[in-house]
Amino acid sequence: MGKKYDTPLLDDLESGVFPSFVTEMKRAAEQSEYANDLLGQLELSFKENLTHWKHGGIVGVRGYGGGVIGRYSDIPDQFPGIAHFHTVRVNQPSGWFYTADALREICDIWDKYGSRLTNMHGSTGDIILLGTKTENLEPIFAELSSRGWDLGGSGSAMRTPNCCVGQARCEWANIDTMAITNEITQHYQDEMHRPAFPYKFKFKIAGCAVDCIASIARADMSVIGTWKGDIQIDAAEVTNYAKGGMDIAEEIAGLCPTGCITWDGSSLTIDNSNCSRCMHCIAKMPKALRPGKEKGATILLGSKAPIVTGALLSWVIVPFIKMEPPYDEFFDLVDRVWEWWDDHGKNRERIGELIERLGFPAFIKATELDLHPQMIKEPRRDPFFFWSEEDIIK
Amino acid sequence: METEDIKKAIYELVEKSMGKKLLKPGDVFKKVSADNGIDKKEVKNALKELIDEEKLVYSYKGGSYVEIPPK
Repeated sequence: MGKKYDTPLLDDLESGVFPSFVTEMKRAAEQSEYANDLLGQLELSFKENLTHWKHGGIVGVRGYGGGVIGRYSDIPDQFPGIAHFHTVRVNQPSGWFYTADALREICDIWDKYGSRLTNMHGSTGDIILLGTKTENLEPIFAELSSRGWDLGGSGSAMRTPNCCVGQARCEWANIDTMAITNEITQHYQDEMHRPAFPYKFKFKIAGCAVDCIASIARADMSVIGTWKGDIQIDAAEVTNYAKGGMDIAEEIAGLCPTGCITWDGSSLTIDNSNCSRCMHCIAKMPKALRPGKEKGATILLGSKAPIVTGALLSWVIVPFIKMEPPYDEFFDLVDRVWEWWDDHGKNRERIGELIERLGFPAFIKATELDLHPQMIKEPRRDPFFFWSEEDIIK
Repeated sequence: METEDIKKAIYELVEKSMGKKLLKPGDVFKKVSADNGIDKKEVKNALKELIDEEKLVYSYKGGSYVEIPPK
């Protein structure tokens, strides 16, 4: 298939040192009518400073309300190859571990039925297959599911849970993020495939407070690995860091957000009762410091990107929970949160927005959460629970 | 209430709303369970059957809704 369109504006995006999506689209266009017309329409959009996409509608696979995002060109006569250009979201394996064969399998299916263009990965972690026709959706789904793949979440549903690499590759992971992600995915299949919520709901599971997947800013519910008890100190290794040139007073004690670390020039002490488990010191001195031995997770709720209203960060709702199979306590908590959201949420209102609208006391009463001083909106500054007059009299 | 009766109540509700108001699955659960004094879970299961039978379909219009499929 030869070049169909002149694309001077897109060509310009191929200059410079970084890989260009335009180059990849041109490669795909050598064998794909979709990608060829996509280049033509995109060039036109750049020229007019106007999108030519419309999305949504009734499109998907039988029984599922998610996993396919309907997309159409608003000028299909001009670009018939992308009259339909639906996105297929494929549920990624926990931690994004694949064999080369698995990736080839996905790409072979996509070469057969789609545009040849993919996006690894979407913001909820899914494998994103970009651009296919309505009549290809069932065959794609049949081929994917026959090989053990499933679609991910979209619309007003639980989105595909996502996690960091966890204990598979990271010595700091306090919880088995990959197992938890898989467990949530399996436990809530209906909630993912059959959208019934006021709006989307995202889980992200991080092994520690370094939070490599930025769950605190991107997940309606963040599960972040933490510990109880004292940070384990190897004094000899602390000395080695000092000898190696680390300025422990400045880089460790001086940057501790709660000021709970002291360094007298020869020994390091930690006031663990004031430690907020931020992981800074442990990440800086991994040979010398390790998390405490009792592992679990902190549950946070409410973050989101600014779509309908502004961005929110998550708040702590459970300072410490054991995250071990069969995760009954965790699932019971999720069910209570969803029930309250389902009862009170407006259309397209995220859980964090509902909490802001009705207030945290209402949320806490409804979900029967125990109150802890660690349940904070901004650490050590802004408690979100305020005692009522009635409580004070008691 | 038998599942078939719940399915009928759901279908009638969606049919009546067509062209007037888009219904989210959650709206259907609330209305049908309140009108008939049944648990939301029963309504949820009945809706699931209607979707699997393709008598109703999910749609996306800035949020997810249930509709009667176009002929």
